Amino acid sequence: MFTYTLRRLILAIPTLLFISLIIFLLLDLAPGDPTAQMPLTIPPEVKAKIRESLGLGEPIHVRYLLWLKQFVVAEPLYMVDHYLGTNFADGMQRVISWQTRSPVGDIIVQRMPQTLWVVGMSYVVGIAIALPIGILSAYRQYSVFDQVGTFVTMIGYSVPPFFSGVLVIVIFSVQLGWFPSIYDTTHEVTDWQSFLYQLRQMIMPVMVLALQTTAQISRFMRASMLDNLGQDYARTARAKGMSEATVVLVHVLRNSMIPVVTVIALGVPLIFGGAIITEQIFKVNGLGQLLITAIYANDIPMVQTITFIFAVLIVLFNLIADVLYGVLDPRIRYD
Amino acid sequence: MKLTTALLGAAAACVLAPAAMAERGTDGEVKIIYWQAPSILNPYLSGGTKDIEASSLVIEPLGRFDPDGDLVPYLAKEIPTVANGGVSEDLMSITWTLKEGLKWSDGTPVTSADVAFTAEYCMHPEGGCAQLSKFNGVESVEAIDDLTVKVNFSEPTPYPYGPFMGGQSPIIQKAQFADCLGAAASSCTDANFGPIGTGPFVVTEFKPNDVIQMVANDNYRDPEKPAFASLTFKGGGDAASAARAVMETGEFDYAWNLQLAPEVLAQMAEGGQGVPISAFGTLVERIEMNLTNPDPSLPPETRATVAEPHPILSDMRVRKALSMAIDRELLVEIGYGQAGRPTCNLVPAPANYAADNTECLTQDLEGAKALLEEAGWTDTNGDGVRDKDGMKLSLLYQTSTNAVRQDFQALIKQWWSQIGVETELKNVDASVFFGGDPGSPDTFQKFYADVEMYANNFDGTDPQAYLSMYRCGNEPKPSTQWQGENINRFCDPEYDALLDELATTADLKERGEIAKKLNLMLTRDSYTIVPLVDRGRVSAHSNSLGGVVLNTWDSELWNVADWYRKDM
Amino acid sequence: MTEPMPAQPPSMAEELHKPPRNQWLDVWDQFRTHKGALVGAFVFLGILLAVTIGPLLWPIDPTYIDIRARNSGPSLAHPLGADQLGRDMLARMMAGGQVSMAVGVTAMGLSVLLGTLIGVLAGYFRRLDGPLMRLTDLFLALPLLPLLLVMVMLFREALSARFGPEMGIFILIVVAIGLTSWMHTARIVRGDVLALKEREFVLAARSIGTPSRRMITRHILPNVLSPVMVSATLGIATAIITESALSFLGLGFPPDFPTWGRLLYDAVNYVQQYPSRVFWPGLAISLTVLSVNYIGDGLRDALDPRIRGR
Repeated sequence: MFTYTLRRLILAIPTLLFISLIIFLLLDLAPGDPTAQMPLTIPPEVKAKIRESLGLGEPIHVRYLLWLKQFVVAEPLYMVDHYLGTNFADGMQRVISWQTRSPVGDIIVQRMPQTLWVVGMSYVVGIAIALPIGILSAYRQYSVFDQVGTFVTMIGYSVPPFFSGVLVIVIFSVQLGWFPSIYDTTHEVTDWQSFLYQLRQMIMPVMVLALQTTAQISRFMRASMLDNLGQDYARTARAKGMSEATVVLVHVLRNSMIPVVTVIALGVPLIFGGAIITEQIFKVNGLGQLLITAIYANDIPMVQTITFIFAVLIVLFNLIADVLYGVLDPRIRYD
Repeated sequence: MKLTTALLGAAAACVLAPAAMAERGTDGEVKIIYWQAPSILNPYLSGGTKDIEASSLVIEPLGRFDPDGDLVPYLAKEIPTVANGGVSEDLMSITWTLKEGLKWSDGTPVTSADVAFTAEYCMHPEGGCAQLSKFNGVESVEAIDDLTVKVNFSEPTPYPYGPFMGGQSPIIQKAQFADCLGAAASSCTDANFGPIGTGPFVVTEFKPNDVIQMVANDNYRDPEKPAFASLTFKGGGDAASAARAVMETGEFDYAWNLQLAPEVLAQMAEGGQGVPISAFGTLVERIEMNLTNPDPSLPPETRATVAEPHPILSDMRVRKALSMAIDRELLVEIGYGQAGRPTCNLVPAPANYAADNTECLTQDLEGAKALLEEAGWTDTNGDGVRDKDGMKLSLLYQTSTNAVRQDFQALIKQWWSQIGVETELKNVDASVFFGGDPGSPDTFQKFYADVEMYANNFDGTDPQAYLSMYRCGNEPKPSTQWQGENINRFCDPEYDALLDELATTADLKERGEIAKKLNLMLTRDSYTIVPLVDRGRVSAHSNSLGGVVLNTWDSELWNVADWYRKDM
Repeated sequence: MTEPMPAQPPSMAEELHKPPRNQWLDVWDQFRTHKGALVGAFVFLGILLAVTIGPLLWPIDPTYIDIRARNSGPSLAHPLGADQLGRDMLARMMAGGQVSMAVGVTAMGLSVLLGTLIGVLAGYFRRLDGPLMRLTDLFLALPLLPLLLVMVMLFREALSARFGPEMGIFILIVVAIGLTSWMHTARIVRGDVLALKEREFVLAARSIGTPSRRMITRHILPNVLSPVMVSATLGIATAIITESALSFLGLGFPPDFPTWGRLLYDAVNYVQQYPSRVFWPGLAISLTVLSVNYIGDGLRDALDPRIRGR
């Protein structure tokens, strides 16, 4: 398993380079222009000059290599400098966003807290609710609990967040006045009071997002449990006199986790990608909002950098999932 | 003052209560929400309205436009004119004098060197300055003494108020931006995110595309202003949620540009926390007729270029019939409510330039049908669509993605079908439509459609540059990478001659007459452009926020120093 | 099914007298006993009939604007009311349903087919695992919006010219959604196949020389059916919503072309004034997804020989 992991990690480098090239080509090919959002009162000659000043006049391979150098060399060195107080990165150009004319890295770091608070938390909450629901619905298939659970999760999944988000705002902010409808990203948790406020402003976006996660994971959990509960080994375990809890929660659960682990691992990078619609509705302004505004503004360095970090996480977490398969089911061998 | 303000009506309070008794920073915090988040606070590096308006809280120009479109001095002592000697007789230069004792927020004095530097910053050839057109024709800017600065033009300029007027070209501090000229502009993140200014507020924290925090400027020239000690400027979301935050939940004090369906806005206003306000500028929603043939079977070199006249729309009678079939009153009622009014003019304001042109306001379906018959378009095969010489009267109608525009498309399609015109609708994402990417077939410049709808306006109060867009040869074409402003491919030598006359006329009244003529040539006399709605700006403020005067000629936040908290 | 079942199977003697039965008849018998699945199937067929036959019985043009009826509530002329321009909601719901159902089912089908194919190949053939999974990583990482913009830019005119404007856009949307949503299914199926491959029955089958093709169709595929069914159910909801997002961005059908997702999206701002306008499309989407979910449940049970006959 160790050599397999190592091999995969080494292989990941050319894979990621290839992915970054494809993303770059895709963004370059996509129609749109960094000056698109400027008012029409700005004449085309001026727009042409702006494009030139952004480096768009250079041929595509030059721009790609420049980005690669900035991302792979300048940004890590800058980070080292920042933490160790060294001066390796002096005079090096970092990846600069076209919209804000500032280093992309700084903005991403700035967006992390609210993204982790809201999107990350909703994921944890979603999984925490989904696993018990999935296990119990499978164990008591077609019971009232199962039926209600199925009904609620499927409705939750088929109602898109652009609607459920607005609905909870209308109910809980406008009508009842319980929670703020706008997320305050400058809020700092310093004491109990401010922590309570943080909870109040988080609860609606977290719940809207968790609904989707819950629906998805609990369905996979249920289906996979159902497959395994009827297997011979479960019968054997029961026949050996094991307690029902041990049979279900240890033996069956472990064997049912493979699809669930896949889904969860696929979801973790998505946390980094943020939740575009939900963030927009509650004005959380996390990474999802950053990415979508950058896409609309054709801010290629920003889009490229975020998507690439996203790609790194995807490759990494899919690797983790593959390793976990081996842990869950030791029969799976890669080498 | 508590009792009197409470007794005065809200409208009167706006005008009367500028608090002579108020003190700086006594009214706590004011919270503003813009549903587009500012990316940068340097308007020279971004043309976006959101960025210009956010930066107008911090940096100021020499003079601004007031809600009537008149010029008012800000950093300048007075507005230079030919009459007061500030503008030279030959119209070759304008001389500005700064107010005395002005200080930057860091305490250093504001001098004419800063003004001259601002010009140098924007006119740097490698800087990619977004406001370069403000400095069109400027030959040099020289500081005469500490408080006097002279702008020299390379040719007579009857309207010399381009540079340093309005939110688009505020004065930046030389000391702060000295190392940021040209290509170095983007290395000055701190300066771009927190410019030192003369305005009522100072940036304490800037989170790009998210939120800005500001506090009152201790060195602001009026010791009693601003009334608010701090300001939060939140960005993001959409217009509906911004309106909700001001009018229904009362979380914010001011929300910008609420383009929402009238009934939605009215319903939110019933929330009772705030009120919508509106004002009109020069923004006109219009249908542009393509005078060239966008047929996909034509080779790319000649498709939608002047080489191929449009087979249907080259006939003015067809264009006129299409305009006559539209009920503009109804469009306004459905799409804009109090934020719109029907118009037949390309230049709807200021009054001096707005032509008396109301002929199009009445819908005339029968007249339109008769006109099409006269032009030879008849329904020979009884399928409800007119045809002529085997060609169907069928049009492709494109616009950008936007709920109101899609409603307009549906309505107009139905009216046109009533006069026997078949319409295919298409909507394109705004970032592509307005993107100008020469590789994309869907940009408004390329105009691969028969008619298209969008809105446009002009900066400030002078329409000369706006009307000059429709000059012969200024059309987008393959040889210019599809850049160009004459979207309709309109060409009329008489029009160009009038434009030349406008460029040399200084007298305001005469300029007005010429502009009106030009406006009519594009609209009533040729139906090249079919104006639909004069679109106002709708914003909303909370009931407790006083002093708001909506201004469409300059930044909406132009008088933020006068805002105060009403005692409720 | 997990509890020890006390019910006795039908007596063996009885069974012996019956003629041999077709496997699919067995499946159908089992499916019939699943109440949820039966109801689901009825609802699904009902919706299908409503959107296909409905417009014949209610022949109002969904794009016709009756401006005097705008924002009107339910009435005889407009049983579900009319929208902000006075278009009949019932006609729009039915017309929208045709598109949404067609896009939802086809795009889901394409995505599940692609996902299962790639997942099984990657899980079963070790040689293919690396390349196919890296391809999956690539697709997961691609930013969706620019990808769609590029697809539309490159293929819209070509497809429209070939298949006519509406069919061309339909193909484009289905392919776009299918191509960008198969990756989850592929990863999940592959994970299951990796584990299945090491099971005793697979080893047994292999040891008697079963060729790969039959191994996959007879032994692997039936055993990965349940995650595939879940993917399919979730996929149909995602496809309907994604279509609305695409059309909204101007990447899909023309703006006056109603679909359930569009109707829902357009109505969100009016949620306080005219809640019914959100309710109907929301209900339609939810019902479709729920019915597909129950059909999937029933199908899965019916196809599982261990459950069948109990």
